Amino acid sequence: MSYFGDIYRGIKTLLTGMSVTGKYFLHSRKGAITQQYPDNRDTLKMFDRFRGEVVMPHNENNEHRCTGCQKCELACPNGSIEIIWDRQIDPESGKKKKMIDQHIYHLGMCTMCGLCIEACPTDAILWAQNFENSVYNRAYLTKVLNKPGSKLMPGVEE
Amino acid sequence: MNISLSITKNIHNWLFSIMPEGVASITEMVLIAVVYLAIFAVAGLYLVLLERRVAAWFQLRIGPNRVGYQGLLQTMADALKLVSKELTGTIKADKFLYNLAPYFVIVTSLMALALFPFTQEFQAFDINIGIFFLIAISSIGVIGILLGGWASNNKFAMIGAMRSGVQTISYELSVGLSLITMVLISGSLQLSEIVEVQKNGWLIVQGHVPAVIAFMIYMIAGTAETNRAPFDLVEAESELGAGFHTEYSGMKFAYFFLAEFINMFIIAAIATTIFFGGWLSPFGITESIPILGLFWFLGKTLVLIFLMMWFRWTFPRLRVDQLLTLEWKYLLPLNLLNIVLMALIVWLNLTIQF
Repeated sequence: MSYFGDIYRGIKTLLTGMSVTGKYFLHSRKGAITQQYPDNRDTLKMFDRFRGEVVMPHNENNEHRCTGCQKCELACPNGSIEIIWDRQIDPESGKKKKMIDQHIYHLGMCTMCGLCIEACPTDAILWAQNFENSVYNRAYLTKVLNKPGSKLMPGVEE
Repeated sequence: MNISLSITKNIHNWLFSIMPEGVASITEMVLIAVVYLAIFAVAGLYLVLLERRVAAWFQLRIGPNRVGYQGLLQTMADALKLVSKELTGTIKADKFLYNLAPYFVIVTSLMALALFPFTQEFQAFDINIGIFFLIAISSIGVIGILLGGWASNNKFAMIGAMRSGVQTISYELSVGLSLITMVLISGSLQLSEIVEVQKNGWLIVQGHVPAVIAFMIYMIAGTAETNRAPFDLVEAESELGAGFHTEYSGMKFAYFFLAEFINMFIIAAIATTIFFGGWLSPFGITESIPILGLFWFLGKTLVLIFLMMWFRWTFPRLRVDQLLTLEWKYLLPLNLLNIVLMALIVWLNLTIQF
């Protein structure tokens, strides 16, 4: 009879649901996803896919991977990236070559869409997991990503 | 009034020695009322905290843990904040009924508390129609909700109150019938006597199959009685704002909120008394220490409250038609069958006695 069958199935599915939530309840100590932020500031590590701000990593010789191709500048939908570049003589080959002077990033205008990072052909810019981005003056939000005196890492352009 | 643990007996004798009898008994009643009010206002607040912590654990969160050790003072602070807040109201509200409604709800839930035998002699009001009185009192609370929803002059509050009326009137029937099933086996309506009967085994063991069915029906209907999820369509946030208490603020809102949690305690306490032996310890292991009855009673009640919280954080909310289908097509016929079954078992002496 489907009347009692319905009752049986109803109770069974309710108990299934309760066992699922019961397991969550018992594992809540280990599995809690809440971060008690200011307390665990020293140990808190953001997950890898978190989009904090755009950075340009440099190696120990103060070399970066940006060729100044401006693809990120074109890809950015709201003009957060500005690249100041000129043609200089490359000291190794002696030829004139496009080089970046300053890679300017306006964090205040950035919507963290990530199009610049997808567009970069040499993986020169990456997401950082830093999330404490507040500053006292708006001007501090404009950042120069390449460090002073840095140059292109050899072998990136090949 | 038969509170007669030794300390209360001393106070009783002292009161009657310094005053004429009439004045003394009135003073005693007032004292007991104040003590119950204080205990259960605080207990209600801690139930709110428990609910929040349990909800957090079910959702893999931490819950309030900042105010006091592990958040123990959180709800106290909330209550203080609510007391200090302005009582706003709508201009077109029916002022008299609007102000009356919260007191209906809180007073009925506090009245019901007087009946519970917390331990052997710790019971404020041992009336011989105990269960009948409880059922009667708990259906008055819905009047407060209806009044609040009606007098607020707000369509959401109105819809919430009407839903509450539908729900409580329907499920009142199931609560009553499942308790009647147990009255068949206990043979008494008086709560202290029902506990006495269970010295030969808790009623859920004595009555085995029909008792378990009655307990399940009682828990479902009891959850619906207190307007808690999955039967919280009275205050369905996504549809009605806050339901019948949309227009209430400050302490009047807190009364509704507190009453909800005290009602939850009442439902669990009735189940403890009727099904799980009240203050009796399992197999009589602490029978020699009567004060531990309080511990057993509160322990069993808290387990049942936890069960209701478990329901709340597992099941999705029902629609109105599903709610009524559940009651009138499933719970009610099963309940009537269950009464016949229980009557047969009691008649043929098939109960399990230790």
